Amino acid sequence: MALKAFSKFTRRLVLAVAAGGGLLALNACDATSDGASGAPTQLLNVSYDPTRELYEEVNAAFAARWAQDHGGDANLNIEMSHGGSGRQARAVIDGLEADVVTLALPYDIDQIASTGLIASDWQTRLPRNSAPYTSTMVFLVRAGNPKNIRDWNDLVRADVAVITPNPKTSGGARWNYLAAWGYALRQPGGNSESARNFVRQLYANVPVLDTGARGATTTFAQRSIGDVLITWENEAHLALTEFGEGQFEIVTPSISILAEPSVAWVDGNVARHGTREAAEAYLRFLYTPDAQDIAARRYFRPSDPDALARHAARFLSLNSSPQAKCSAIGRAFTPPISRTARSSTRSAPVRDDNDRPSPSSMAVHGAERFARFLAGARLHSCLSRLLPLAAAGGFDVAPVGSGA
Amino acid sequence: MKHAVSPARRDPPWLVAILIGISVAYLALVLLLPLFTVFAEALRRGLAPLLQSFADRDAIAAIQLTLLIAAIAVPLNAIFGLAAAWAVTKFEFWGKSALITLIDLPFSISPVISGLVYVLLYGAHGWFGPALDTLGIKVIFTVTGIVLATTLVTLPFVARELIPLMQAQGNDEEAAAATLGANGWRTFFQITLPNIKWALMYGVLLCTARAMGEFGAVAVVSGHIRGKTATMPLHVEILYNEYNFVAAFAVASLLALFALVTLAVKTFLEAQFADELAAQRWR
Repeated sequence: MALKAFSKFTRRLVLAVAAGGGLLALNACDATSDGASGAPTQLLNVSYDPTRELYEEVNAAFAARWAQDHGGDANLNIEMSHGGSGRQARAVIDGLEADVVTLALPYDIDQIASTGLIASDWQTRLPRNSAPYTSTMVFLVRAGNPKNIRDWNDLVRADVAVITPNPKTSGGARWNYLAAWGYALRQPGGNSESARNFVRQLYANVPVLDTGARGATTTFAQRSIGDVLITWENEAHLALTEFGEGQFEIVTPSISILAEPSVAWVDGNVARHGTREAAEAYLRFLYTPDAQDIAARRYFRPSDPDALARHAARFLSLNSSPQAKCSAIGRAFTPPISRTARSSTRSAPVRDDNDRPSPSSMAVHGAERFARFLAGARLHSCLSRLLPLAAAGGFDVAPVGSGA
Repeated sequence: MKHAVSPARRDPPWLVAILIGISVAYLALVLLLPLFTVFAEALRRGLAPLLQSFADRDAIAAIQLTLLIAAIAVPLNAIFGLAAAWAVTKFEFWGKSALITLIDLPFSISPVISGLVYVLLYGAHGWFGPALDTLGIKVIFTVTGIVLATTLVTLPFVARELIPLMQAQGNDEEAAAATLGANGWRTFFQITLPNIKWALMYGVLLCTARAMGEFGAVAVVSGHIRGKTATMPLHVEILYNEYNFVAAFAVASLLALFALVTLAVKTFLEAQFADELAAQRWR
C-alpha cells in the first residue's frame, strides 16, 4: 500500500524532471534560432551609466523616424545595457553583441577597436570626432554648500570627503581624474610631479569608489556619504531634479575638462546581425536637430553649434558663475589628436609608494595604479596620449562648446 | 539523570535577560529590519504604484527569465545531487572523499569567480569561445550563460541535503531488496527514493531559492540588457540605478516574498521530514 503511494510520487518526480529537461531542449532551440529570423530589427546599444534617460527618449524618437522612413511594417527595437564605461567595453570585448557602443570616452572604444571588432578609424567615420554630444565635469554639493567648496583645491582639504567613481571602471571618473590633473598643472609652478601629488591627495579624500557614475550619485545623494560629488554636468542636473531642487547645489569649478563621450557601430557584430544600415542610421540620428535638442534638454551639450546656441540658456549657469572672470570657466583641455609623445611616456618617472603610506590606502592605491597604468601602458589611445602631453604642459585650451 | 540540572538554569536572571536581549536585537537588526524595509519601501507610495511596477514589460520579462532559469538549473542539480548522494553513500570507490569535497566547492568560492570562469572559458576570447562562435553558439551574455552560472552556484544544495540523511540510513534496506532479487533501478525507485523524498524536496526548495536570488555570478555573465538578460536581482539593481526606487523595491519585495514562501514550505517539510526520519530510524 505504502509502496504504491511512493511509486506514484516517484512517477510524478520523473515527469517533473522530464519536463525540466524538455524546457532545456526548448531553450537550446530558442537560442539557436534566435537572430536567424526577425521581423523587427534588433539593435543593442551598450552605453555608459548616466545616459539611461537620454537614450530612453532618443530611442523612441529614432524608432518613430525609422518606421516613417521604411514604411509601416518596419519595426525597430533598441535594447539598452548600461554600466561603468570601462566595464561595458570589457563586456563587448568578451562577446556582448553590441551593435553600437555609446561610451563615456574614446579610450574605451579604442580598447574594443584593438581587438579588431571595430575599425581602427572609427573616430573619423562620424562628424565631430564621433562625439554627438559633449559634457564637462562639475561639483555637486549639499544645499547651502556647508563646506564652502568652490574649486578643485577645496577637494584636497582634510575636512572634505569627495565622491568620485573608480577610474579603472568608470569613464566619467577618468575625466574627473584628468580634470583634477589639468587644474593642478595650471597652478603657478605646476608640473607633472605637483599634479600627481594633487591627484593623490584628492583620492586620499575619497571614502567610496563606486564602479560607475550612477553608483557614485546614489552613494552621494541617496546614502548621504561625502561632501562633494565630482560628476558629469548632465548627471548633476539629473540629481537636482530627481532628488528635489532644495537638496543639492551645482558648483562649477574654475576650470574643467571638455569630455567627449564617443559613439561607434561595432563592425564585427553588425556584419553578423545584418544591422549595419540601422546601426549607422541610429548613430547619425544623434546628430540631427531633434536628437541634439533631446540631448540638450538632458543637459548634454550638443556638439552642433546651432543646437548649442538654441539651448545656450541651459548651460549659461556655467559661464555666468562668479569664477568666470578668471577666464577659464567653461574652458577645457582638448587633447590634440595628432601629436603623440610616446618617448616622454616611457621616461615619465613612476613613483614608488615608499615615501608616505597613506591610511586610506585603498583609494590612493587605486589612483596610483591608474596613474601608473596611464604612464606605463602601451599607448595608442586618446587618453594615454592626453596625459603625457599634460605632463609636458602641452594641453590646448579651448572653450567648451566653441564648436569644432 | 536526577542531577542533570542545566548550567543555564543556575545563571542569574539578569545574565539570561541580557543574552536573550542581545540575540533578539541582533536578529532584529540584521534580519528583520532589512526585510521590513524592503516591504516598507515598496509600499511607500501605496499599493497602486507597487502593482503598476509589475505591469512593466521589462519587469515581467525579468520575472519570466528568473523562473525559466530556476526551472532549468534546479532539475539539473536535483538529478546531479541525487546521483552524487546515491554514489557517495551507497558505494565505496576510489576518489570518494575528493568528490565530496568537490561538491562543496561552489559553497566556498565567491560567486563572482563562478561567473568569471565561464567568461574565461566561453567568452569571445576564452578557451572555447572562438570555436563555439564558428558554430554559431553563444554562451556568455545569453540565457545559456546565466543558466550555467546559476547551475554552478547552486550545485551543492541538493547533494548536501541528501548525503547526511542517506549516510544515516545506511544501505541495509537496499541490501535486503537485492537479496529479494530487485534490480538496481527497482531498488532505487522503490526503496531509496521513497526514503529520502522529503529531504530531496527540502534540497530542491533551497536550491530554487538560491537560483532565483543569485546576483554575483549572474551579474558577470549577463550583459545587463533590459528585458532580455536581466534576472530579477539584476532588474532590481537597474531600477535602483534609475532612481526608480518604488519599482526597485517592488521587485525586491517579490523576491523576498518568494523567500518567505520557501521558508514556510521548508518549515512544513522539516516537520514532516523529522517524523519520517525518526520513523525510519526506529523501524
